[in-house]
Amino acid sequence: MAQAAIELIGINKSFGAVRANRDINLEIARGTIHGIVGENGAGKSTLMSILYGFYQADSGEIHVGGKPASIKTPNDAIALGIGMVHQHFMLVDNFSVLENIILGAESDALLKSSIAKARSELDRLEREYGLEVDPDAIIEELPVGLQQRVEILKALYRGAEILILDEPTGVLTPAEADHLFRILKQLKEQGKTVVLITHKLREIMAITDNVSVMRQGTMVATRETSKTTVGELAELMVGRRVLLRVEKGEAEAGAVKLAVKNLTVKDSRGVTMVDDISFDLRAGEIVGIAGVAGNGQSELLEAISGIRHAVSGSVMLDGKPIDLTGAADPGELRDRGLAHVPEDRHHVGLVLAFEENENSILGYHDDPRYLKGPFLNVDAIMADAKDKIEKYDIRPGNPRLKTANFSGGNQQKIVLAREMEQDPGVLIVGQPTRGVDVGAIEFIHKRLIAMRDQGKAVLVVSVELDEIRSLSDRILVMFAGRIVGERGPEATEGELGLLMAGVERQEAAL
Amino acid sequence: MDVFIAIVQILDSTIRLSVPLLLACLAGLFSERSGIFDIGLEGKMLVGAFAGAAAASVFHSAFIGLGMAILISVAFAMVHGFASITHRGNQIVSGVAINFIAAGSTIILGQAWFQQGGRTPALQPGERFDAIVWPGAEAVRDVPIIGPIYAELISGHSLLVYLAFLMVPFTWWVLFRTRFGLRLRAVGENPAAVDTAGISVAWLRYRALICTGILTGVAGAYLSMVQNGGFVKDMTAGKGYIALAALIFAKWKPVNAMFACLLFGFLDAAAIRLQGSPLPIIGKVPVQFMQALPYILTVILLAGFIGKAIPPRAGGVPYVKER
Repeated sequence: MAQAAIELIGINKSFGAVRANRDINLEIARGTIHGIVGENGAGKSTLMSILYGFYQADSGEIHVGGKPASIKTPNDAIALGIGMVHQHFMLVDNFSVLENIILGAESDALLKSSIAKARSELDRLEREYGLEVDPDAIIEELPVGLQQRVEILKALYRGAEILILDEPTGVLTPAEADHLFRILKQLKEQGKTVVLITHKLREIMAITDNVSVMRQGTMVATRETSKTTVGELAELMVGRRVLLRVEKGEAEAGAVKLAVKNLTVKDSRGVTMVDDISFDLRAGEIVGIAGVAGNGQSELLEAISGIRHAVSGSVMLDGKPIDLTGAADPGELRDRGLAHVPEDRHHVGLVLAFEENENSILGYHDDPRYLKGPFLNVDAIMADAKDKIEKYDIRPGNPRLKTANFSGGNQQKIVLAREMEQDPGVLIVGQPTRGVDVGAIEFIHKRLIAMRDQGKAVLVVSVELDEIRSLSDRILVMFAGRIVGERGPEATEGELGLLMAGVERQEAAL
Repeated sequence: MDVFIAIVQILDSTIRLSVPLLLACLAGLFSERSGIFDIGLEGKMLVGAFAGAAAASVFHSAFIGLGMAILISVAFAMVHGFASITHRGNQIVSGVAINFIAAGSTIILGQAWFQQGGRTPALQPGERFDAIVWPGAEAVRDVPIIGPIYAELISGHSLLVYLAFLMVPFTWWVLFRTRFGLRLRAVGENPAAVDTAGISVAWLRYRALICTGILTGVAGAYLSMVQNGGFVKDMTAGKGYIALAALIFAKWKPVNAMFACLLFGFLDAAAIRLQGSPLPIIGKVPVQFMQALPYILTVILLAGFIGKAIPPRAGGVPYVKER
């Protein structure tokens, strides 16, 4: 191994009773891309925040470039050449790119010289690493991929030799992610050290040199990427064998449960997002809708679940129409057996300030099972919440805990448990496993297939092609608001990828 | 020519009346741009007015009065900071509390120290900021048009009036041309970005509140030492709230703030001028209506005539490091 850029020795960190990091040892070689994987809540981000001086370790030592370092604030980290690209970008949205770059790294009490310096320095970085971005653009007007590039430039401008990226691809489209990886490889060639935190194993296999696995606050293993497999890493992360592709039998499609006819939806700016789409969803099948994010899938989901106005077309649930004015009564749709797991669980699916048990019945709180006269039956709700926690392995298993304190994957399980346990005839799921751990993905997929086998109709919209391929009995590909193709589950990734890119454009044979 | 003289006089009093609004509005701008809502502008102006008049009267110096006004006002701003930055308390509650403390304590202390029913003794010449007459003002007074404008509008105001209007370009310069301003604006939008850049969020916000305290102190001193010859209880009479309205109206921008405050000042001046005198067509307008006009206008303007006013995004939210 080359000389260590960073060495962590015996790092411990607790938040109250939670031990986020226990006795962590880690060595990161200079000039490599080092992956850190683990499930949500395994302590990856905490460890990196300690390295960046955002938190202080309770005990342990950090060596940077072979010398012991004391990192008490982000300033210390920056001085040692450590830069960080956070999962949620640390940018001021209504500032220009230049203003964001110099914030905290101004050379002078007046801005003029700082801006001039940053402009020429950006020019250099742009040439050296191919990181083009308009220095005068306002952040909120840039696409997410470019915003991330600004974060990277921010770190490089501060002279970062070691770059930490926390879940960098969570918000990116596949093309943007590929571009990011090219940039990271280039940084590596220039001798920088890159630490990549992720829970996506494919990314690890694609670009890292070494990979360390964390589980429940401990560092369980470090491997050379070329000498390990996705299966081994998944097993190390979860602590047991994981099925990456869930086994399922042939679908026995029955009657049409949901019929979508000539549906057209426009967004708030009047742009057509869903363009004359028709398809049927039958009992006992899973239909997957694939596509690059932003091709109308979200609008389609929202229109079908009655929360977005459709310009024209119809949606029939069990032969009866759904109100498409955007003012449908969600309670009525629930009563008719349509359950909806929204894409954006934070804004639409959950009230984060509520306790877990409250969220686990949200929307079904009028059900007589949860009522005692005009009042909520707290005992019944708690028993029900505990039951769901057990069945869906929601952690921590405390129904009184505020929902905001659950990890993303567990929040997703709360929503899924609520909607699935109502035993709906039709289940519509947006991004079922976004931000969810490997172990939980397996579980969620199994549940969805079990629902199918019970004769329910399931519609899955996902930007993860693997997920679509492993779940669906039929795959519809959306591009620019239209269904551009239908394929069976045996379709190859390349074939679907071409359809998703709009290359092989053809009318849906429906 | 009479109409012209009348207009010049109205504009002259517009300037005088908008000064305390302008100072308070810029004070609020510093605080809100840093992400701290400050409904306590009113209270800080009031304690500034009291401290200024009291100190000027006791020490027989206008400048000692101004210094005391600033000192006490900054002290109150620090109380707001301690509650809402250090202890992450609710900024509205803290601001309201400051207003109550100011209203009560000025009367109690005024009565205890001066026994004049909560007033401070009338200020003597030298204890107030006198009007500064510009060179040649008297000589050109009789020149048509330009003469009255120079003599009435430009010349003949106190030091604090000029200071207030100079604060407008200065505030703009600080916000948009200095490192401190960049950081101040950033911390009001996304404090996490400032924190991860290695800058202390708390210290930055305290410094913004110090600026707020200085400006409300000057605003208070203007009320009791320029506009009036001493402190009278509750003399701010809601100006702090009007300044907040002007701040929203101005979309948190310094130059806009000046125009917003001049508009409110003008309405005030016009209301005083038109009291009792009949208007063409409409006839005699009740005094109460004219006095209410600035407030009615505020409601109408804020209700949607100004377009979308986007406040600093982190405004009102105490900064807590996320896990």
